[in-house]
Amino acid sequence: MRANHKLAVGIGIVALLAGLFWWLIAGAQIDVLAPKGVIAQQQKTLFIFTIALSAIVVVPVFILLAMFAYKYRDTNPKHKGYDPEWKENSKLEAVWWGIPIVIIGILAGVTWYTSHSLDPYREIESKHASIPVQVVALQWKWLFLYPEQGVATLNYVVMPKDVPVTFSLTADAPMSAFWIPALGSQIYNMNGMTSKLNLMATELGEYRGYSTNINGRGYADMSFTANVVGRDDFYSWAEGVTTSSSIAGINENIFNALKTPSVEKSAITYKLTDPELYNHIVGSYMPHMMHDEPEDATMDAMHMEGHH
Amino acid sequence: MELLSGLLGRMSLDYLPTEPATIGAAVGMPLGALGVAAALTYFKKWGWLWNNWLTSLDAKKIGVMYIVVALIMLFRGLFDALMLRLQTAVAVNGASGPFDTDTFQQVFTAHGTIMIFFVAMGLMFGLINVVMPLMIGARDMAFPWLNSVSFWLFVAGMILNNVALIFGGFSPGGWLGYPPLTGLEYNPGPGVDYWIWSLQIAGLGSLFSGINFIVTILKKRAQGMTLMKMPIFPWSVLVTSVLIALAFPILTATLALLSLDRLMGMHFFTSDMGGNPMMYINLIWAWGHPEVYILVLPAFGIFSEVVPTFARKALFGYKTMVAALVAIMFFSFIVWQHHFFTMGAGANVNAFFGIMTMIIAIPTGVKIFNWLFTMYKGKIWFTAPMVWFLAFVVTFTLGGVTGVMMAVPALDFQVHNSLFLVAHFHNTIIGGVVFGFLAGITYWFPKVFGFRLYDAMGRWSAYLWQIGFILAFMPLYILGLMGAVRRLDHYSDPTWQPFFIVSGIGVLVILAGTTMLVAQVAYSIWKRKELVDTNGDPWDGRTIEWSVPSPAPHFNFASTLKVTQRDDWWYKKQAGKHLTPPPPSAYKDVWLPKNSASGLLVGAGAGMFGFAAIWHMWWLLVVALVFVVAVVIRRTYDTNSEFMIPAKELMQEDLLVYKRRNA
Repeated sequence: MRANHKLAVGIGIVALLAGLFWWLIAGAQIDVLAPKGVIAQQQKTLFIFTIALSAIVVVPVFILLAMFAYKYRDTNPKHKGYDPEWKENSKLEAVWWGIPIVIIGILAGVTWYTSHSLDPYREIESKHASIPVQVVALQWKWLFLYPEQGVATLNYVVMPKDVPVTFSLTADAPMSAFWIPALGSQIYNMNGMTSKLNLMATELGEYRGYSTNINGRGYADMSFTANVVGRDDFYSWAEGVTTSSSIAGINENIFNALKTPSVEKSAITYKLTDPELYNHIVGSYMPHMMHDEPEDATMDAMHMEGHH
Repeated sequence: MELLSGLLGRMSLDYLPTEPATIGAAVGMPLGALGVAAALTYFKKWGWLWNNWLTSLDAKKIGVMYIVVALIMLFRGLFDALMLRLQTAVAVNGASGPFDTDTFQQVFTAHGTIMIFFVAMGLMFGLINVVMPLMIGARDMAFPWLNSVSFWLFVAGMILNNVALIFGGFSPGGWLGYPPLTGLEYNPGPGVDYWIWSLQIAGLGSLFSGINFIVTILKKRAQGMTLMKMPIFPWSVLVTSVLIALAFPILTATLALLSLDRLMGMHFFTSDMGGNPMMYINLIWAWGHPEVYILVLPAFGIFSEVVPTFARKALFGYKTMVAALVAIMFFSFIVWQHHFFTMGAGANVNAFFGIMTMIIAIPTGVKIFNWLFTMYKGKIWFTAPMVWFLAFVVTFTLGGVTGVMMAVPALDFQVHNSLFLVAHFHNTIIGGVVFGFLAGITYWFPKVFGFRLYDAMGRWSAYLWQIGFILAFMPLYILGLMGAVRRLDHYSDPTWQPFFIVSGIGVLVILAGTTMLVAQVAYSIWKRKELVDTNGDPWDGRTIEWSVPSPAPHFNFASTLKVTQRDDWWYKKQAGKHLTPPPPSAYKDVWLPKNSASGLLVGAGAGMFGFAAIWHMWWLLVVALVFVVAVVIRRTYDTNSEFMIPAKELMQEDLLVYKRRNA
């Protein structure tokens, strides 16, 4: 094939691939790029900014690659300028040391700033006080505890719109991770300790949440729904739960049943009568708690059973 | 009964495979091995295999064996990938895929482990063994026997990894096996132990190799070859080997602690009793991040040889290239935390590691510009290695962009552990490591076998890999942004399915590209007379490995070599000095290591040791350990381990080479 033909085939393949991806993306629901929360919104901006900044280096690389490959191919009938000893030029090298250094310098500044402004541990400023929600990753379900509202939910979390929520996260399972792409930022859930994540939804709707870290056989089924409702609806929902006579309270028996490994996809609502439940779950992995609090011995015994 | 359980440890028939896919593999693999054995018997090739290959201490032969094993493992890893994508193309919205969850999780663990440890590392060690001594003017490695031990430890690890498929199952915990999932509590079975011991044994071999390469490069260079006259590939090997020597002990220690948790009920990485899994995650990545650079730096080294050769022009900015390698080596050790920004470290810690990570992009970008400007004013011969180079620049640069994006912690929180991450690291590892090593294999093939690979098929393979890569991984980037996390064996959102199907088609195209490579080798063997490399210098090369005939003789260099500048061979040819043989005084008696089976025996013993540890067969553990120690001690008393080639013989052979060159 002549070079022109090869070029035509190459362009044809690129066009085909571009068409294929255009068709795939058209109409796809891309959560990270369609943010519904303040954190995810800023992350989307950051996403586009870093691509644009990288393009300053990447686009010239691709252009130079195509140009040099085409112009200096040995089959080029108009080949000229062969210079086998041209191998050093400190001015040119200064350019391609300098430009990336400036770009990375800018990005480093942005990184420093956003690492703080988008730190998952940082509380989101709002006229409303942040609502604490405690999250326990289990094999393979998500338990949400609302200590202030006295409510507990399984596999779904209700959040008021435009009110910050502070998640405290732990696990009573292998390491898991909590992520609602439409709202932003994920954080690991780990046994015996608490990590924090602050999010605030800005649009009503139902968003999907996932565990991003493999934690055993039922991992793929470990998704949940984040239900963003109006602020008033949130409080009336919580009150409805606490005053309902048909909703049971979560107790140690129910919790122990939940933490037995199983896939459980249904969304369940409980009353939370023991505001210390979360602390007990975290504390069950700490040696001093085992000696101080006899009721934790049962939990510890359950862990030891796994060894045999 | 008690005696039996003492003998067999925790083995039982329950561990035989039950899934159709694993049964197929469990039957197929031994049948394949039997087939090879039968063919060797039929063609009476056992002696040839044993004397010319298995017991050889010639680095070039060891290198070829590494590459053969790695290519076989590449097919295993690709079939694993195909299984994963077959599953995700089907298992949507309640539909069940062809594999159950246990199989799927073992397959992705095996895919990652095999591709990194037994494909990428294997190709790398193979290429280094084949050409590094030749490029620095050495006759062999500094420690030829240790080199053979390294190889057989690699093979022992590889075999253990594959035996898991037949008996006991593999780890379901991912390629880096985070505890507590891989601890006793959640995974008491043999799978995780197979994973630990296959990496532990292969890792020990890697450490020995790293040390061997460092000493070889520092002590065995030709006269006159100062470090700043050394070609870039050996430079990249030196830098990589320093990384190996510093990083692999961390892997060994980490896996040792995890196995103490598992074998003796200790609590280094458990969640209770004072253990801390976060410690494991730090340690494994303190090895794991340098490991990525261990793989990619030699690929950079290969392109630094390939591009000048085919552009017929000196490498642009040699000193900068060396400086960039050393800078990358340094920074690669202070970025490991970027693998777990989401573990909850403070903003300052995350920002520090993020910034260190993006700094690596600077020397890497500089290297790319230097390669581009090596092409500038060149006269480029577009052979298959150059096509691999073009594919490398396109693919690796895109991987670099997504890498820099993920280095920003606030952004990483939105893509970590999603398929975006999976696409990113395949983008760098396939684009950088695989394309680099395939270019290297094509480039140096004639030096080992005496004939070139048929070039058109090599170019086609590169095109297929490039297109297959785009099809397989671009959908994963988008899926990640849609919320698809990694390692899902099924999912509920039907809008993900078209992306997964396209990705699966991409794997098939990559498989076709790999099959094309094998076909290329077969076709080239058939046409070897036409493709023969008559003068040892088929590409009009620049560095001294092209000054010796192809296939390179066991002793590499007949005379004592004197190097005066970079690209010594190229300038010798320019000055016409390659036509006059050196004076008789340049030929000296050469001592070379005799064949030895003891490296193979050490590997066999180590494999037995690992197998015993996996199945709790304590008596075998002791026997294997004693056996390995005995073999090593016996080898140290072997005073008759070398043979001599007299100077006269070398001179006669060399004069024939010059005669042919002058003809």
